[in-house]
Amino acid sequence: MEDLENSRNRQDGMSFLKGFTTARIGIGRTGTSIPVKQSLDFKLAHAHARDAVYSSLEINSLIDSIANFNLPVLCLESKVTDRAEYLQRPDLGRQLSQHSANELAKQVKNFDVSICIADGLSALAVQQNASELLALLIPTLLKDGLTIGPICLIRQARVAVADDVAQSLQAKLALILIGERPGLSSVDSMGAYLTYNPQRGSTDELRNCVSNIRHAGLPAQVAAGKIIYLIREAFRQKKSGVNLKDNQDLFID
Amino acid sequence: MAYKHIIGNKTYSFLDLKALLAKASPFRTGDALAGLSADTYEERVAAQITLADIPLKVFLNETVIPYEKDEVTRLILDQHNSQAFLSISHFTVGQLRDWLLEDTTDLVKLEAVGPGLTPEMVAAVSKLMRNQDLIAVARKCQVITSFRSTIGLKGRFSTRLQPNHPTDDPRGILAGIIEGLSYGSGDAVIGINPASDSPEAVLKILLLIDRLREQFDIPTQSCVLSHVTTTIELVNRGAPVDLCFQSIAGTELANKSFGINLSILEEALQATRSLNRGTIGDHVMYFETGQGSALSANAHHGVDQQTCEARAYAVARKFNPFLVNTVVGFIGPEYLYDGKQIIRAALEDHFCGKLLGLPMGVDACYTNHAEADQDDMDNLLTLLGVAGCNFVMGVPGSDDVMLNYQSTSFHDALYLRKVLGLKPAPEFEKWLIRQGIADRHGTLLDHSFALNGNITGLWKI
Repeated sequence: MEDLENSRNRQDGMSFLKGFTTARIGIGRTGTSIPVKQSLDFKLAHAHARDAVYSSLEINSLIDSIANFNLPVLCLESKVTDRAEYLQRPDLGRQLSQHSANELAKQVKNFDVSICIADGLSALAVQQNASELLALLIPTLLKDGLTIGPICLIRQARVAVADDVAQSLQAKLALILIGERPGLSSVDSMGAYLTYNPQRGSTDELRNCVSNIRHAGLPAQVAAGKIIYLIREAFRQKKSGVNLKDNQDLFID
Repeated sequence: MAYKHIIGNKTYSFLDLKALLAKASPFRTGDALAGLSADTYEERVAAQITLADIPLKVFLNETVIPYEKDEVTRLILDQHNSQAFLSISHFTVGQLRDWLLEDTTDLVKLEAVGPGLTPEMVAAVSKLMRNQDLIAVARKCQVITSFRSTIGLKGRFSTRLQPNHPTDDPRGILAGIIEGLSYGSGDAVIGINPASDSPEAVLKILLLIDRLREQFDIPTQSCVLSHVTTTIELVNRGAPVDLCFQSIAGTELANKSFGINLSILEEALQATRSLNRGTIGDHVMYFETGQGSALSANAHHGVDQQTCEARAYAVARKFNPFLVNTVVGFIGPEYLYDGKQIIRAALEDHFCGKLLGLPMGVDACYTNHAEADQDDMDNLLTLLGVAGCNFVMGVPGSDDVMLNYQSTSFHDALYLRKVLGLKPAPEFEKWLIRQGIADRHGTLLDHSFALNGNITGLWKI
């Protein structure tokens, strides 16, 4: 059986190239087709990515993981009712439901920073990476003398929902941690977006983004450094977006 | 002008041509997101029936985006060839559809009327066509372009080798190229999406591919898909630019969001052509398009996404491109939700582009949040092969590790060539045989090819 497989799945003599890239090279062929093992590897990776898209926030464990920050926690949702609608209506994912908006309206107002954690396209990503990052961010922000609003956990949300939240809480800066679109080899990639003076209807060029936050990507430590730099600069320059980005590398080393 | 149709005791009225086109479109999420879709199944067919009776001449008088407001509209109308239009000027959209499918309507006739067709006419007729109609007519078209290889000949099927790397590591890119060449991929172009748009990073990749191509005398062309302004700068610095890339869209506003306009594209064409690097032809532009781009830039003016896409082909047509690639499933499920919508859009784009005289290829692809998988791409790839598509992508194992989406693999292209009896570009086919990569029948040979032993020097870049 093994002999048969070896003769079918012709190994190319160039498998040494594999060391230079994570691309799927040197996977061999049977006839002109991808061999069964590699075909199933691919399917498994796609299955993981699909499962990540359909994963949902495990609110209780998330609350437990951020309990030690001693900040109030709010559980909110967008206007989206289910995943199919989420995927088709990004506009609804950017707005809070009426119920959530009412909930927010009751809160104490006027903070420097509001923090949201949202499922985005991979709840798995924030489940795995959000608390670790916040553990690095929150103490530093407090030490800087910044006030932080309640941490808002938001279901079926897009990035811009953070503007809605921050505006309600009258926060000067919105930070949202959100699951990014899963890749075949990165199903747990989290993004952090921040907007200074956030308003409903703020567009993407007003935001700064730190992307690919996950153990196998940008580690929490490095991500936290970048985010803190961006937040400090945003408050210093009273703006966020493309203008901040240019100077970012000056700081990182 | 308003249009009307009565079904039973219900009167459907459509405010204007652009509303009618939108309502007549087969359902896709992007049009629904824009609030342009038909409300019911019946309304959609009512719109299609109404559209079928609209004379083609109406399209020359009623613009979907005003002439004064949009340079793409001006391009479309100013370049309309009334002589070519003459033989079909008495047709309605429905009559055009039937004429396209007639046995006697052959390549010569299609090429003759091409310059007389506007994108809106072509988009309109596609809305009255089933998938098989789109395939049958596209198959009659033939758009041939050349640079160092000849793309688009009957019986040929080419690929863009796409060896992207997340950090532009030259060794990683080179590994992908060598792997692809050993699978007979890359006769349309070796094209890399750079992770960084800095001129230095792009130049490095250009030099890398150029050295490889020269060393092994590969009859193909390279392209780094940087912004057109970066490419112009590199051309002016004497960099080895074969093809100049740019993403384009069907409205002036959407193009503005890409940082381009028609005069920048003209400058790019002239600059790239001036390098004179093509050996058998001087088609130098490589354009990418895709339904939904105008909407996502909030620059669609209430025009449905497929009509916007067809208008992008008017932009492409002006610059005699070597390749046009509709990146059909990249944009995500809020524009094209699932395999069915992606397949339909790909066949529409290929048909519209070909009828307008463009060398159409398709990036048959999907993201992980779309309701699609490899089976859908297999279906689409096979349909595109039958439709006579000029080229598709060749991505290692279908998995683009830089752009994080799935496209067609080196293996996929070989499958298609095998089942449909298609061959690579003739110059490239000869090279594959010379290198011992494939035999005369296109069958891959087992032993590793000559590049393997001679690549040491390439790593030093």
